[in-house]
Amino acid sequence: MPTLLWTDGLVFLLMLMVGMFVLHVRRHDHLRRPWRTVLRSRVAMASAVILSIYLLIGFLDSLHFHPKLENPANTETQYSTQIKSVFDVLVGHLLEQDEKTYSAPFATHQFSKETVEGSDGTSAREYPRLKFGGAHLQDPVNDKSADVISIILKSSLKSLLIFVLLSLVIIWRIAVKKDWLIKDAIRSVFKGETETPWLVILMTLGVILWLLIIAWDLSHFYHIFGTDKVGQDVFYQAMKSIRTGLIIGTLTTLVMLPFAVLMGISAGYFRGWIDDVIQYIYTTLNSIPGVLLIAASILMLQVYMSNHAESFTSLAARSDMRLLFLCIILGVTSWTGLCRLLRGETMKLREVDYIQAAQAFGVGNMTIIIRHILPNVMHIILISVVLDFSGLVLAEAVLSYINIGVDPSMNSWGNMINSARMEMAREPIVWWSLAAAFVFMFVLVLAANLFSDAVRDAFDPRLREREE
Amino acid sequence: MMAYIFRRVLYAIPILIGVNVLTFVLFFVVNSPDDMARMQLGEKRLTEEAVQGWKEERGYDKPLLWNSEEDGLEKVTETIFFKKSVRLFVFDFGRSDSGRDIGFDIKQRMWPSLAIAIPGLIVGLLINISFALLIAFFRGTYLDITGVVLCVILMSISGLFYIIGGQFLVGKLMNLVPISGYDTGFEAIKFLILPVLVGLIGGIGSGTRWYRTIFLEEIGKDYVRTARSKGLSERLVMFRHVLKNAMIPILTGVVVVLPLLFMGSLITESFFGIPGLGSYTLDAITMQDFAIVRSMVFLGSVLYIFGLLLTDISYTLVDPRVRLG
Repeated sequence: MPTLLWTDGLVFLLMLMVGMFVLHVRRHDHLRRPWRTVLRSRVAMASAVILSIYLLIGFLDSLHFHPKLENPANTETQYSTQIKSVFDVLVGHLLEQDEKTYSAPFATHQFSKETVEGSDGTSAREYPRLKFGGAHLQDPVNDKSADVISIILKSSLKSLLIFVLLSLVIIWRIAVKKDWLIKDAIRSVFKGETETPWLVILMTLGVILWLLIIAWDLSHFYHIFGTDKVGQDVFYQAMKSIRTGLIIGTLTTLVMLPFAVLMGISAGYFRGWIDDVIQYIYTTLNSIPGVLLIAASILMLQVYMSNHAESFTSLAARSDMRLLFLCIILGVTSWTGLCRLLRGETMKLREVDYIQAAQAFGVGNMTIIIRHILPNVMHIILISVVLDFSGLVLAEAVLSYINIGVDPSMNSWGNMINSARMEMAREPIVWWSLAAAFVFMFVLVLAANLFSDAVRDAFDPRLREREE
Repeated sequence: MMAYIFRRVLYAIPILIGVNVLTFVLFFVVNSPDDMARMQLGEKRLTEEAVQGWKEERGYDKPLLWNSEEDGLEKVTETIFFKKSVRLFVFDFGRSDSGRDIGFDIKQRMWPSLAIAIPGLIVGLLINISFALLIAFFRGTYLDITGVVLCVILMSISGLFYIIGGQFLVGKLMNLVPISGYDTGFEAIKFLILPVLVGLIGGIGSGTRWYRTIFLEEIGKDYVRTARSKGLSERLVMFRHVLKNAMIPILTGVVVVLPLLFMGSLITESFFGIPGLGSYTLDAITMQDFAIVRSMVFLGSVLYIFGLLLTDISYTLVDPRVRLG
């Protein structure tokens, strides 16, 4: 039975909006021009491929449902109260491979010693075999590396096959679209002569596919990032955290955008007392240090939630509510910058001839704002949205680390780092949770940073100056 | 000048009132003191007396805005709003929920915060500016591209990793300095080296990139072309003209954060166990001590507004073209 969490709904709304925006841009040539620069940038396209893989995982993880309960006695279908996502089903094997406690990446034996009872009744302290990690091996000490290498080789072959097929499909599409012969299309793609850097896109896609397929195949036999304190697969946790990171990075913007745009434009357009009031509001909000405002609000949310525990049906709904609230409060602390930029730009625009003319013709204020001002400040909105993203993903980790971020029960990179803090003090150290969070976060933030730089350069290389 | 400063201080008053009212609403209206008491005491079956006792101890038992039981002026003064919020204006922070004097704690704890923040700021500025100047000097070459790519990579790593990595490498593997803790006097230095170092490395990426754009903007201006056409060497142009003029945006960017240095850094201080204001705030957040968080919100806003004022004044000092009207 499908179910809709609050954040899921907003994610779909956001995707709908992005889709409509893309359609709108495609239809207007002057809007397409800056995007064409982005499309031609090699760095931007490589980052875009990486980002879309993240987005895909995040999207699959947002399709939630209540799984059916296996109950042969009852003919009526019943649904579990737990919530799962489509992504959970896809990587179902990771969910079922829980160990008892910590185990290192690719380990076959547990991380800590345990008293094991031998077949003859004697007990000994030793590292017990893992339930799933390398359980198919007879002699784990000698066979493991050969087994891992053979899996890697097999999946490399598999990914090469998929990659070749995929490239052929893409090249065929290019050939059809440009009315080229397949032969010419292949040549110009591999010589890097196409306008869109297809070679780079294919290469990035190939590398990601290769890594994903290897990870996927290995994860059936080993815990490739080890397991955490309660024996859960760290690779699974790191992938589940993608959704949290993406939601913080995108929904925060969605939440703050209406305020920032409405207030920024009306302050710049109407001037007078409206301008004074709006300036007062954002100066006041801005003068409270962001972390403290977030901390205070989250504290208050905690009080509210502990006193109204009955209004949250499940743990997932509760942590989802907290995630949404965190987005809202992050939005409240981060809209002021965009608002100020929009105010300044609108103040300049309202003196421009075509707006003066529209006013002289008696066009209503709302029409002027929507038809003339909004399209002309769109690039500022877009750039600030894209630039904010990576900062928000990083902020999530810091906030979760100091316990004012997402719910501790939620998978997030911040929570992984938080728990890693204790693990680093162990001897020998448990480094894999931290490493997994680091890799997943670093790739996402780096790709987002590179992509947003390309977008900024394409839309307005001089924006920095105006921000001053 | 004095008139300008006076006017700016007057402007700050409504903003501070706004902050004050906002925190009041956040802390006392969204959730009533009863809610806070229940959260703090945390037991399942709470007696009404226990809640009342908790509130009385901390002075939360008064009405929020209007005390109709008192006479005259005390109708207004014997309220939570007056006792807890209005008193903040004279920097009377009152007592924390655990009974300590917040004002005293703040005075004690600001020194360790400053001991980390000031060296970090100064050395960080020097390093970032020299790197940025170097990259800007070799703009368009491979050195520039490598530098910018390195900056983006450094920027993409969460600050938490720098701290954990630094603690692990320097503190644990090499055993050079203690991982965390603090001491008085000169003994404190060995505890301060690591946090300052980590802060520096964490800030290099964004700092260098930011100053590079400032330098590049200056390099594009007319006076630089004039200086070059006079036959000045590129080195002289960079140091004598570009650096000097770029100091204006750099300086004003620094001045605005100066007062906030008192507040310390939540993350760094708690990781390294430094008893500054940052870890003070963080402890209050984890212990859900509402009085301390409220005081720190107010103090932070005051310092921020003070920083804005300092920025405006410093503009007039470094840039003679700016006149305060």
